[in-house]
Amino acid sequence: MKKTPKERKLQITRRSALAGIGAVAGAGAAASAAPGFVRYAQAASSEPIRLGMQLHRTGIGASYGRWYDRVTTAAAKLINEDGGINGRPLEIVIEDDGTDPKRGAEVVEKFATQHKVDATFGTLFSHVVIGSSPRAGELKMPYIVVSEGHHVASGRLNRYVLQPGITDVKSQVSSMAPWVASNLGKKVTMIYPDFAFGHDHRDYFSAAIAAQGGEVLELIPIPPTESSFTRYFPRIPSATDVLYHVMVGPGVLTFVKELGQHFGSNRPEIFGFIDSLEAVDLATPQLEFLEGTHFWEGNPRYAQANQSAHDKFYRESVGVDDNGASVNDAKDVSTYSHMFGCWETLFVIKQAMELSGYGDGSAADKQAFIEAMESLESFDEGRDHPQGAKIFNGKIHQAFGHQNISRVENGRLNVVHRTSIEDGMYEPEADYTQMSF
Amino acid sequence: MSGADRTKAVLLLCAVIAVLFVLQFLLPEYHHLSMTRIMVLAVFAMGYNVLFGYTGLLSLGHAMFFAAGLYAAGLTVYHLEWSVPLAFATGVAAGAVSSLVIGVVALRTTGVSFMIVTMMFAQVAYLATLYFTTYTRGDEGLVLPTAARSFDVFGVAVDLTNPVVRYNIALALLAATIAIIYKVVHSETGRALIAIRENEPRTQMLGYNTFAIKLKALVISGTLSAASGAAYVLLFAYVGSTFATIQYSIDALLYTLLGGAGTLLGPLAGALMMFYVIDIASEYTVAYLLIAGLVLIVLVLFFQKGVLGTIRERWIRWLP
Repeated sequence: MKKTPKERKLQITRRSALAGIGAVAGAGAAASAAPGFVRYAQAASSEPIRLGMQLHRTGIGASYGRWYDRVTTAAAKLINEDGGINGRPLEIVIEDDGTDPKRGAEVVEKFATQHKVDATFGTLFSHVVIGSSPRAGELKMPYIVVSEGHHVASGRLNRYVLQPGITDVKSQVSSMAPWVASNLGKKVTMIYPDFAFGHDHRDYFSAAIAAQGGEVLELIPIPPTESSFTRYFPRIPSATDVLYHVMVGPGVLTFVKELGQHFGSNRPEIFGFIDSLEAVDLATPQLEFLEGTHFWEGNPRYAQANQSAHDKFYRESVGVDDNGASVNDAKDVSTYSHMFGCWETLFVIKQAMELSGYGDGSAADKQAFIEAMESLESFDEGRDHPQGAKIFNGKIHQAFGHQNISRVENGRLNVVHRTSIEDGMYEPEADYTQMSF
Repeated sequence: MSGADRTKAVLLLCAVIAVLFVLQFLLPEYHHLSMTRIMVLAVFAMGYNVLFGYTGLLSLGHAMFFAAGLYAAGLTVYHLEWSVPLAFATGVAAGAVSSLVIGVVALRTTGVSFMIVTMMFAQVAYLATLYFTTYTRGDEGLVLPTAARSFDVFGVAVDLTNPVVRYNIALALLAATIAIIYKVVHSETGRALIAIRENEPRTQMLGYNTFAIKLKALVISGTLSAASGAAYVLLFAYVGSTFATIQYSIDALLYTLLGGAGTLLGPLAGALMMFYVIDIASEYTVAYLLIAGLVLIVLVLFFQKGVLGTIRERWIRWLP
């Protein structure tokens, strides 16, 4: 019969004891010469905790991936400086998924069976998450995503998929409606990409604005292959108070430029989601028309007057300046609104692993880790959660948090409203804890 | 090909299938899982090879046939809760019907025009998967429920979440595909296909209805591609519009070119090589597609007929 690690530890002979004492003495001496590793020497195991990062290093998500990588590296460095996870160093193993669901599934298989990591994390694009999640579930590999899609909270995935570090699109969109209705207007026209992400905005915002006594006058879906948008603008009703736009994709610069040509100086209020303009410099000439318009931001790109000490520390750790760009290159604009999710997710993983007493990575360890994460209820704002406090619903594996509405003023985004966490909460649609492992 | 050569070819094909069967007991876990996926994708490329390698028609739209099988099987399981065998049969039928309908129109063209027409049909199919997002969830896609992926065969429970079961189903599909293509290629139709590839006007002059023969090739090709798509969704539980993009049409072409167009095992070799080139290269550089491109350039320079095609031309004439 194959011995478990615990059984092996119990069979101590005189020779092994002497060898062990010698090894411990040697390790202790080495540790004293290397202060950074002193804390690890006290842990039950000094084997690293290995996390597989499924990174959009290439493909359509590459601009996000570049910054997700940097944030993860900074957070892992901090965790290791603090003694790692349960006294064990944290090691990040990266595989590029090409922002492709097929390759994403292959990467999850590689993490589980070749790299033999303890958990996987870091995926953003919804189609990669959804394409990879069946393999994660079947391989019993914790898959902690930073995707903001509603797919996790909807209950469509499985017990091994959680999203504790970033809010989902349903929560984000719903929480915008009260402020939009009160401050910009109640008659809304929506322009959105004609695929699933756009449809989520259409459905969730339509319901949310109706709940505020508003109405959607016109829905204008844009086919994904469209490169010019001029012919859609005449469909915007003249009675429109607010033009709601979410145009994920490379066409956003053309979209804004043509929107400016259509409206000139006589435009309705405009409200958009920053997703299209993540990693894009707002000082880009084609974007001048956005002056005075409003955006949703997950985490404010520009350091605000009331910036918290935690945001300041987070920026410095990652290497982001007060304008949301790399400290080494002002033109290298970050994906600031989303990338904090990697930072916060790593600290939640650390918290759940320590709570569960994560051991050698057995199936039981992984299940205990999932259960520990499901048992978490809230995260306080602080160094580990610089974006703000969160409420975590273990039943739907989803975090809820504050959202920001910012106004473009002199080419920078200034926060004009911060929602409460409750603004974005909704009735749970599932209960993963009832699902077997 | 003489009778002795045919015997050698059949023995080689049997040996390859036997080796693939034995490999499941020897391969490390990751490569075991990867091999399952490679075999399914090789079926796609083998289907493509019937049209491109044997008939000489370059299609840039085969992703639509793969997607036809993927969606027909996936959506019937997801929305209608059909059983796995019935869903698979539906996927295969979807490939047969769509390739027949598209073939009737597209085969009025040849050469570059055929390539463009197939590409445009595939683009329509891709956009249709996005347009009907209510049912397909478009680019996001759908996950098949775990409970829907098991079924009984004569009282024996078959669970598609089991990697051993998946491997052997993929192998069975690959073996069946090899047998079908071997049979077709060595039939009168097969010889007519090759005749069309080499000189279509002369084939017509000999009295063959080349349109009907090409249509037959396209239906066989599209149906096999759809079988691969149906198997993919049922084995790996995900259906999404990415699989209908032109990238997947090009993948089938590359697997075939790399392994050897017009060779029976070439697409399998091509799928295997391309998978591992990308898998290994992506560990070292973000420019892994550049490396894949360099491999193809080397191939074009030194193995113009693909790896197995060149081996057949230079050394082993009886290679199937």
